Amino acid sequence: MINTEYRSLLLLADDDPDYLFQMKFALEKGGYRVVTAETMEEAELSLEREQPELAIFDLMMERDDAGFILSYHAKKKYPAMPVILLTAVTAETGRQFGSGSPDDKGWIKADLYLEKGLHPDQLIEHINSLLNH
Amino acid sequence: MEMLKVLVVDDEPGIRSGIDRILSKFTVGYPFMDEDIGYTVYEASTGEDAIRIFHENPPDIALLDNKLPGMGGVEVLEYIKRNQLNIEVMMITSFASLELAVKATNIGAYDFVPKPFTPQELRSSMENITKHLFLKRMTQKMNKEGKQIRFQFLSVLSHELKNPLNSIEGYLRMMQERQAGDQIESYDEMIDRAIARIKGMRVLIMDLLDLTKIESGKKNREMQLTDLVKIARISSETMGPMAIQMEVDIRIESQEEFFVMADAEEMEIILNNLISNAVKYNKIGGMVICRLKEINKKLIIEVEDTGIGIPEDDIPTLFREFVRIRQKETKHIMGSGLGLSIVKRLIALYDGSIEVESHPGEGSIFRVVLPVII
Repeated sequence: MINTEYRSLLLLADDDPDYLFQMKFALEKGGYRVVTAETMEEAELSLEREQPELAIFDLMMERDDAGFILSYHAKKKYPAMPVILLTAVTAETGRQFGSGSPDDKGWIKADLYLEKGLHPDQLIEHINSLLNH
Repeated sequence: MEMLKVLVVDDEPGIRSGIDRILSKFTVGYPFMDEDIGYTVYEASTGEDAIRIFHENPPDIALLDNKLPGMGGVEVLEYIKRNQLNIEVMMITSFASLELAVKATNIGAYDFVPKPFTPQELRSSMENITKHLFLKRMTQKMNKEGKQIRFQFLSVLSHELKNPLNSIEGYLRMMQERQAGDQIESYDEMIDRAIARIKGMRVLIMDLLDLTKIESGKKNREMQLTDLVKIARISSETMGPMAIQMEVDIRIESQEEFFVMADAEEMEIILNNLISNAVKYNKIGGMVICRLKEINKKLIIEVEDTGIGIPEDDIPTLFREFVRIRQKETKHIMGSGLGLSIVKRLIALYDGSIEVESHPGEGSIFRVVLPVII
């Protein structure tokens, strides 16, 4: 994103403060403004107050299904806002699921489902394309 | 009443109905069993019949006559062992074939009763085999549950160790890629954060070592006259920097010296954990009181705080490994999640007890009772 005039606002929710610090740093370098949330409650509040243009939720926060609940609520209130779910579930459990198949689309209300540990540059590419930048 | 299924395999109808009569009125009970055990008896007249029944409606115990018309009792026993059927076997043999009875027990029969037997002889043999069966099942169950708990523990543990590693690696990569430019000062916060995670990992590993030492029973214990007041002072001094930061006042209420017969290191771990929790989970400007007293020849350690308290629902799980009660207020408090679980195990080594009284928003009291007064 070379446009320096306008910087889109992203919401990033994760319960690990260091992960938030690192991703925020990378995303800001990538040309975005970032607000962070460490709990589901903070994330819901930020959605309402800050009206971000895109939201990135960690799947497991204080609840194991926090990301699913957050994306469900977010999509209900702001259907046009892209949502990315980030998790380490596949790496840890070997369980595969994503928003790709029609079956999963029925219940996972996210536009994109990404495995944690991907390079920040790749994440930025996905964000750019979801925001049509 | 729990019922065990007993299959009587004998070609003499008189013996079968005799055993049926004796066992149907007989029950076994032991002080360590919750309920008595009774018997449901059914019959087979040949070895071939018995094997068919093993698969259709397997018994817990088989009473096997050796002299059967077709295949013999020993062959039926061999079939059970070969196919690893979960059936305990008692052989019924005639006096003349004692040698055979010994052979059968070598193959894996639990016991034998020589024919003719009195009702009392049958009952006492059944009592033995039932007790054996009960204990065998108990150990199987305990092994299974133990493995399950161990597995859960390891999976949470690897999680707790992996998270800080990931974040430390993240900071190092940011530095490697010079993401914040070429000035080292720009990385100060990242370095501080990485060091904090390493400290957290070290605490976890130290706690884990304590825990495994206690668990394996390999901990060197040195029981000696130990002054608890001195140990309580050391513990409060250890927490000094954090107490000052949170403006928490730590007080020790006790007689001048308080000697008990205990291992000094263990007492230090107990007091350290309780006092450090009382400071960590306190409010700014709060207070911690550590009381040492004697009631009914027992030592009472009370650590009271004016902290955030513990919701009643969370108290039952408080002493389990890796249970850190998640509350908005406790999110940033560092801890391994093992402290109270270590405390509880140490107290158990002294046949003592620990209880918690807590009022959310007002504070908690942890009360330890130890029979260590001399």
